[in-house]
Order: sequence, then structure tokens, then C-alpha cells
Amino acid sequence: MIEWMSQPWPWYVGGPLIAVVMITLLFFGKRFGISSNLETMCSMVGAGRWVDYFNVNWKDKIWNLVFVLGTLIGGYIAHTFLNNGDAVAISQSTIENLQSFSIQNPGAQYLPAELFSLSALLTIKGWIMLVGGGLLVGFGTRYAGGCTSGHAITGLSNLELPSLIAVVGFFIGGLIMTHLILPYLLTL
Amino acid sequence: MKFIKYLLTGIVFGIILSKAEVISWYRIYEMFRFESFHMFGVIGSAVVVGAILLLMIKKVGAKDIDGQLMQLKPKENGFKALLFGGVIFGLGWAMTGACPGPMFIIVGYGTPVFLVVILSATLGAFLYGALRKYLPH
Repeated sequence: MIEWMSQPWPWYVGGPLIAVVMITLLFFGKRFGISSNLETMCSMVGAGRWVDYFNVNWKDKIWNLVFVLGTLIGGYIAHTFLNNGDAVAISQSTIENLQSFSIQNPGAQYLPAELFSLSALLTIKGWIMLVGGGLLVGFGTRYAGGCTSGHAITGLSNLELPSLIAVVGFFIGGLIMTHLILPYLLTL
Repeated sequence: MKFIKYLLTGIVFGIILSKAEVISWYRIYEMFRFESFHMFGVIGSAVVVGAILLLMIKKVGAKDIDGQLMQLKPKENGFKALLFGGVIFGLGWAMTGACPGPMFIIVGYGTPVFLVVILSATLGAFLYGALRKYLPH
């Protein structure tokens, strides 16, 4: 069982299980959506003193922070006990493309160390990727009112038109970054 | 104690996203280059299975743990906020390879530098709150 679980899970296992998590939370009376935690954290540290928007009763949202703490533990468990080497079987064309940006061994680990490591944080490229990327993620999800979990999974499953618009936006932004901006960023 | 069920559900979710490789930057990069079906399969099958389960739940009038009807309140946002916010998020998603869920899972998975991404995403959420009244919605 452990050995089977240690293999990478194919999409048709992962996707339906994500839906089950969403339904489980609905059974607990909650709407699945992770990016609202970013707002809750702002409220918790007292952002309401400067910006009224954060003057909310964040105690109602603690369940979601607990959920996120669980996901972090889940990541630790997966890495420590259910891991058979971390390689990601990405396609040959993606590998060749990334090698042309001097990324060593694309797919050997989950993330390229050239971009995502403590030493990368000492480079301009690392700063732009980590700090700049994080800012865009936080700003964008709250502006759109949700992220992949809230809009793409929950909203689309519930056939909500607003979520479809948001997901179209996600892809427009992602395509612009991947095809028009990253080729320059990666060569910095 | 009432929070333990959320902790356990979160642990399961963290394991699922780790093992389905959703937290891998490469998978997101590949998705936006249309060079693999993997991520489209994950998101697509989650939505299809989710939609079927939600229809069944509505049909039988299933109740939640508190005895209330299980239903999702639709999100209500303006078109501009959805589209502009969505595009801005998409730009960041393609850079970090992580949406708000995976960025926490990645820290647990052993890449602590993602704490920086979490911090800057929280700052991004704060900036949205601060600038909200000047933005088109």
C-alpha cells in the first residue's frame, strides 16, 4: 500500500480526490477556498488598524487556517514517507526548452533549484520570481475573489459563471507570463 | 477539538496535491505550454467529478454535519474584478508555479524558501485591501 502510494499519482486519481475534499468540506458546512486565508492572516496581525477592509471577525475563519496547516503537514508526510525519488515525468519538449534557459536536470526534483532555493534569493531573478510572483498571486486572487480552489474547482463544479470568467483570466495571465515574460526572466 | 476534522482534511489534501505533482513548478510551466495533459486532467476531472457529486447532493437534498442543506453560495464579483484579478493571479501562478494552496504544501514538502512567497502573497492581499477603492470592480 505504502509502495503504491509512493508512486506519482496519475491525474485521474488526483483530480477526483480533490473533488472529494471539496465535498468533504461542504459536508462540514464550508466552502473550499484557500486564498481567503491570506486576508485572514492580514486581519489577524491587525491590518484593520490601517485598512477597514481587514476589520472582520477573523475568528470565523480559523477553520480554514487549520486546514492550511494540515496541508503543510500533508506535504511533509508525502515527502518523508510517500516518496520514491521526486522525479516529475515532464515531456521531452519541456525538458529541452528549460535546458535552453540553463536549468539543470529539469524534472529531477519538484522545483528547479536555480529558481527556488535560499541561494536563489540572493539573485535578482530569484527575487523577482519569489517576491514578485508571490505579490501577484496574493493581489490577484483577492481581486478576483478566489484562486484555483475557490474558483476553478469549487466555482466551476457549481457551474458559476463568475468563476468561469476568473479561470479564463487565470489562463490569460499564465499564458502571457509563460510565453512572453518568462523567456526573458529565466535568462536574467 | 472541533478543528481536528479540518486538520485531517487538510493533511489528506496536502498529500493528494503532493502525489499528483500539482505542487511541481514544472507541471504548471508545462500546462501553460500545452505540452502535457496532466494538469488539465487533474483540474478537469476534479471539476467533472465535483459537478456530478454536487448535482447528486442537490437532487437528494443531502444535509451537512449540522443538519443544514448542503449548498454552495455562489460568489458575487464584478466582471472587471474577476477578469483583471484573474489575469494578475495567472501571471503570478506561472512565475511561482504555485497557487495559494500549494505554496503552503511546498514548505511542508521541504522547500522553506516558499515562506517568502507566502509572505509576499499576504502582502499582496494587504495591498489589494488597501487599494480596493481605487480599482475597477
